Amino acid sequence: MGFLDIDNTTKSYGSVEVLHKVDISIEEGEFLVLVGPSGCGKSTLLNMIAGLEEITSGEIRIKDNVMNGVHPSKRNIAMVFQSYALYPNMTVGQNITFGLEMHGVAKPEREKAMQDVARLLQIEQLLDRKPGQLSGGQRQRVAMGRALVRNPDVFLFDEPLSNLDAKLRVDMRTEIKKLHQSLGTTIVYVTHDQIEALTLSTRIAVMNGGYVQQLGTPQEIYDKPENIFVATFMGSPAMNVVPAVVRVDGGVPQAEIVLFDGSKARLPFSQPNLTAWDGRDILLGIRPEAITDHDSADRKSGNIASLSNRIVVTEPAGSDMFVSMQLGGKDVIARMRSDADVRAGQDFEFAVNMEKAIAFDPETEARIQP
Amino acid sequence: MSVASQDTAIRTGRVTRKLIYLVLVLFALFYMLPLYVMLVNSVKPLSEITGGGMMNLPQAFTLEPWAKAWSSAQIGVEPTGLAPYFWNSIKMVVPAVAVSTVLGALNGYVLTKWRFKYDTILFGLMLFACFIPFQIVLIPMARMLGLMGLAGTTWGLALVHVVYGIGFTTLYFRNYYAVFPTELIRAAQIDGAGFFQIFWRILLPSSGPIAVVSVIWQFTNIWNDFLFGASFAGADSQPMTVALNNLVQASHGVKEYNVHFAGAILAAMPTLLVYIVAGRYFVRGLMAGSVKG
Amino acid sequence: MAHSADADFKTRLQAWIPKLVLSPSVAMMLVFVYGFILFSVYLSFTDSRLLPSYGWVGFENYSKLWRLSHWEISLKNMGIFAALYISICTAIGLGLAIFLDQKIRGEGLLRPIYLYPMALSFIVTGTAWKWFLDPGIGLENVMHTWGWESFRFNWIKDRDFAIYTVVIAAVWQTSGFVMAMFLAGLRGIDNEILKAAQMDGASNWNLYRRIIIPQLRPAFLSAFVILSHLAIKTFDLVIALTGGGPGRATELPATFMYSYTFSRNQMGIGAASATIMLMTIAAIMIPYLYSELREKR
Repeated sequence: MGFLDIDNTTKSYGSVEVLHKVDISIEEGEFLVLVGPSGCGKSTLLNMIAGLEEITSGEIRIKDNVMNGVHPSKRNIAMVFQSYALYPNMTVGQNITFGLEMHGVAKPEREKAMQDVARLLQIEQLLDRKPGQLSGGQRQRVAMGRALVRNPDVFLFDEPLSNLDAKLRVDMRTEIKKLHQSLGTTIVYVTHDQIEALTLSTRIAVMNGGYVQQLGTPQEIYDKPENIFVATFMGSPAMNVVPAVVRVDGGVPQAEIVLFDGSKARLPFSQPNLTAWDGRDILLGIRPEAITDHDSADRKSGNIASLSNRIVVTEPAGSDMFVSMQLGGKDVIARMRSDADVRAGQDFEFAVNMEKAIAFDPETEARIQP
Repeated sequence: MSVASQDTAIRTGRVTRKLIYLVLVLFALFYMLPLYVMLVNSVKPLSEITGGGMMNLPQAFTLEPWAKAWSSAQIGVEPTGLAPYFWNSIKMVVPAVAVSTVLGALNGYVLTKWRFKYDTILFGLMLFACFIPFQIVLIPMARMLGLMGLAGTTWGLALVHVVYGIGFTTLYFRNYYAVFPTELIRAAQIDGAGFFQIFWRILLPSSGPIAVVSVIWQFTNIWNDFLFGASFAGADSQPMTVALNNLVQASHGVKEYNVHFAGAILAAMPTLLVYIVAGRYFVRGLMAGSVKG
Repeated sequence: MAHSADADFKTRLQAWIPKLVLSPSVAMMLVFVYGFILFSVYLSFTDSRLLPSYGWVGFENYSKLWRLSHWEISLKNMGIFAALYISICTAIGLGLAIFLDQKIRGEGLLRPIYLYPMALSFIVTGTAWKWFLDPGIGLENVMHTWGWESFRFNWIKDRDFAIYTVVIAAVWQTSGFVMAMFLAGLRGIDNEILKAAQMDGASNWNLYRRIIIPQLRPAFLSAFVILSHLAIKTFDLVIALTGGGPGRATELPATFMYSYTFSRNQMGIGAASATIMLMTIAAIMIPYLYSELREKR
């Protein structure tokens, strides 16, 4: 039993099932991120944990107490909303203490709790203002203060950063991570932003179409995606997925792929069991940073393959240089150092780190397990 | 190159603009005309009106018609003036406006933030009730008021106005609360606030503008009602509109036009006053409420 | 396994409170609106006269009703009144709104002048216009004293023209409100679309005809619905302005129903006429409300 258990939980509206048998269990102090495209069911799941939506079947338990049918206010949870949901007619101070007031906490204690939280979030000077007078970042802090003051078992965040501009979003991301590290709170966090998911979480549940596609640490999700959806959803630019045929040569399985001019190249796999796929089609997944020039190829890798191909476009992006090419009839992106000596139209010798390559079954789109 | 510094993208020529102003002013005169007629003729002796001076300013200014309309004109059989009927209207309007607005606010809150199956159908039924020709309920309502012992009373009239007013008040509050962020309700639920606490602490403090609209709308409609007043009021509970009509339509004696005009202004005064003081919110609210449906 | 059966007391209570709060209004609506409608419709099939009575007479009241010249006049008047009232109000409302939308100095003064009539009671409106249009003391008399001896304006006393005075007073009362509806619609149109159309070389005339007025569809629809329902319900104005006269020249269904039910003690026929009024309004309102409420989903 974990600290928060989502046990075989489903959600239906009428006869339409929108969440299918979700099974997630996290420990105290974990930071779980639910990530996926809009409509994947992540917010519904969060609302079910909060008690704002009913559970159709299955159980949600916090500290081994079944939460089904328990009123949101009795679950000892707190939530930060996308719009912050600050009460417009109350001051910041009143916003923060409203929950304590509703739970019958005496005024002196409320004041003290408010001061503590305000100090922690550095919003002491805002306590007498109304939400309408605050900037986006300040509202965000107040919303977090309102959650923190309750000292809940679980914090729920519903896309809390999506209304902020790009720079503020990065700052607040760091701030949330710091808070989590210093307070050791248990957090469930919903976002559609895969970078937020990777940077903040201790574990990620990637969701799509009402299913949890993969549950794992950020490293597992990034390096060992279970299927093509996870592989392409997580990471930016997305993982390259190109059609290939497995050819076994000297006992070593190799990926045969079509180059820009129709000729074929072979890249040796580091995954021996792919010999069983000899002659069959697969989808080869390679992250952009695994395709470089030879100088900057990963020295720790035991399997750097060479690939000669023509460059179609180069896109300098400050710290990196994105280079695109045609591979297996698809646009493939390589991520190089910004000072790489490349130009469009050039035939170039790429270094492909095949240790990081992943093979997917084209039928099921699932990863072919090593 | 001309840069459109104006808000609207449409630009008009000088002559066109003059014509537009002319038309607008002519219509303003058209709308002001009856008010002018009522005002000037309520403060002149009857002889000046019958002598063909309706459009003229008073030569001999007098407040006599006002005094007569208020306190001594013959209404029906009693020479009471409009005063008692004015108070009848007040006694009917105040409770009816208060109750229908409170119910409308609660209904709007439930229909937007505590939605349940078939709530739209229920709302549709309430909304349709606003538009029925009230002739269809006159006969049974008269019976029902009799059964309830409210026939011919001010309370009975207030009840009738509440019943047929909640459709509109519900519409206003529902449309207003529909755009009130539901996340605030959810946050309050998580904070432990119950149904009434959320309403009282979160929704109501933000409901000022729509409450003003609802109150003005109801006040105007109920004060101006004639049909229910004429159908259900007793001799001593008749509202102002019915009394004014009795004054004007009286077939006996000399027609005292100046008194009629003074009476008409007295009957129009409360709603006009409300309109002048708070008309801005009224129009804004009407736009947000009834037009968007 | 735990399901909603385990819901704690507070949660279950919370689930019921909203419906409890709504129930008084719903009960009132069901009894006083829909119950009463059924009762009135039922009465229209009975031999009720001074008081409700429950002798079933089938469609007799309806066939009597349609043979009454009084009812025929009411319907004819309704047709004239509604057609003129709706079209003139719409035309004036739209025209004034377009004019007012030209960055008019003094809009803040003009708008309330156009709108204030709707704050008045129809009885007040009726009284004012009744004496202003009265040939003995009003406009005609004024013109005579001003020296225009041949001026004639006695519509209000003329059987063939009295109905048009009702139109004048009703238009005076509501056209400003229609203006406000159109103005709100005009202000809601995206300025960038207008700028784009001007870049495309559209004249002001074409701008309105091709771009703006088509976008006012919802305002036209709302105006039509509100005006037509007001037209069918028009009662107080006629009572105050003409009392239905001269003769029966300005009788409308609403005044017909009232006099047959309460003065002539023909409650069955009165109920039948009210039923027909209700069905007419329902034919307009139900499709409108249905589409409005559906869009919300």
